[in-house]
Amino acid sequence: MSCGQTILDYGLRSLGYGARLLPKTDFTLCQHFTLIGSGLIWNIYFGFLALLAGFFIANAVALAKASPRKAIRVPAEWFILVFRGSPLFIQFFLAYFIFLRLKQQGILPWLTAAQFGALLVLVLNTAAYSAEIFSGALRSVPKGEVEAADAYGLYGWSRFRRVIWPTTLRLAWPAYTNEAIFLFHATTLVFFSGFPAWQQRGDALYYASYFADKTFNPFVAYPILAFYFVILTFTIIGVFGFINKRLNRHLPQEARPKLRYRPQVIR
Amino acid sequence: MFYQSFGTVIILLAVTAPSALLFGFGGATLARSRLFPLRWIGKIYISAVRGVPDIAFFLFFVIALDQGFEWLRHQAFCPDWPDAIRQGNDFVVCTAAKLPLGNSPQYVHEIYGFFTAVLTFAIVFGAFAANVLYGAMRAVPKAQIETAQAYGMGQGQVFRRILIPQMWVYALPGLSNLWMVLIKATPLLFLLGVEDIVYWARELGGTKQAKFSAYPHEDWRMQYFLFLLVFYLTFTKLSEIVLERVMKRLTHGQGTLGGVT
Repeated sequence: MSCGQTILDYGLRSLGYGARLLPKTDFTLCQHFTLIGSGLIWNIYFGFLALLAGFFIANAVALAKASPRKAIRVPAEWFILVFRGSPLFIQFFLAYFIFLRLKQQGILPWLTAAQFGALLVLVLNTAAYSAEIFSGALRSVPKGEVEAADAYGLYGWSRFRRVIWPTTLRLAWPAYTNEAIFLFHATTLVFFSGFPAWQQRGDALYYASYFADKTFNPFVAYPILAFYFVILTFTIIGVFGFINKRLNRHLPQEARPKLRYRPQVIR
Repeated sequence: MFYQSFGTVIILLAVTAPSALLFGFGGATLARSRLFPLRWIGKIYISAVRGVPDIAFFLFFVIALDQGFEWLRHQAFCPDWPDAIRQGNDFVVCTAAKLPLGNSPQYVHEIYGFFTAVLTFAIVFGAFAANVLYGAMRAVPKAQIETAQAYGMGQGQVFRRILIPQMWVYALPGLSNLWMVLIKATPLLFLLGVEDIVYWARELGGTKQAKFSAYPHEDWRMQYFLFLLVFYLTFTKLSEIVLERVMKRLTHGQGTLGGVT
């Protein structure tokens, strides 16, 4: 079978198109690359959507955490504590079994599917981590900028939108980039926790471990996975670096904060 | 069994943390070595592990280490083995090289599995620790090292007496962060085949087993995992408090912002 045929058969296998059966014997390098790459679609799906939704929730939670009113502040603090203090792996398991229980009651049955349930967990998780980053940045907004805004007669919403929020983003962006990278890495956990891979439609790691199990040879599948993820990581750094440049476009070249890939968080 | 597995997790943490620190120390020392091949090994080690999802590494190393050990023993014990080791989809070594030996009791298998898991954790988190320590070693003020040199200390003496004691203050925030991460990574043990809390929570909570046992009950996995969540929450919270204390003590009298008192 030629490599082109393999790509046609398995290129969208993770979405359920193409050949139904996974290769069983005589694995070629081409099959490795195609299937693992096809699984990467799910990683990008989870990572991208979770990042997008998590960004807005995180901003709201960070604001709530900075609120002087206790009734707003305390729930935000608990939300952050619960999602940051416990392993994502356990969160996936717990969420899956909660969704399963709900399904038995007939409530929201589609949440047991990975593409919705796991996405929800990832959204909440990244929201908590990013909220911590944003609230840290919010606290380190220079006092002078806020005073200057006051002096210009800005207050309330317009002061927040025009002065405080942009500065918060600028301060938080390098840390947020790392968070994004780790979110994408964390998406590989989805199919290894409770969520089943329906009809063997899994993510990149799912297929990589499938190959490793079948061939009992980890030295091919996992390096390919690593290769894909290194590319993904560089893409994220590129995109976030571009946004970082735009956020700091008013500053002279030397004064712009540099993005440094400094991973500190795994969940 | 379920309660015993908490012990497994705690033992794992207790064993892994020092060994990861050791790996990290080695990595950091390599990365700032003067010989460029050593330096490259250190740097590649640090950046390779960090760029890729850690579970991929966990899954990879457990098989890779196992096969690596068996390959080494194979070379040592049966040098005149006629067949190739990799036959299609199989990995075949002679019986004497099997690890653990096929006739050894169950607990040896379990200990061996645990050992590979610890080694895997140590390798992966060693890279993170190496990164932290590498940064910390560079953060030690140059003036201190120059002073030591002016007192006539040699390379090794500067390293032992000045760099290492001074570095901890700078390394501690990063290391405490790493400790939190390590705690949160322990449920991944389950993926490595060790029968840890996640395994037992699934087994005991699930209905499949319970049907045939003396205590049939419904699907309790939700409750079990809720309990695990709370366990991990308290664990991280406690460590946070303890590490805060240690940091206060270490920065006492240091010329940094945290240690003005």
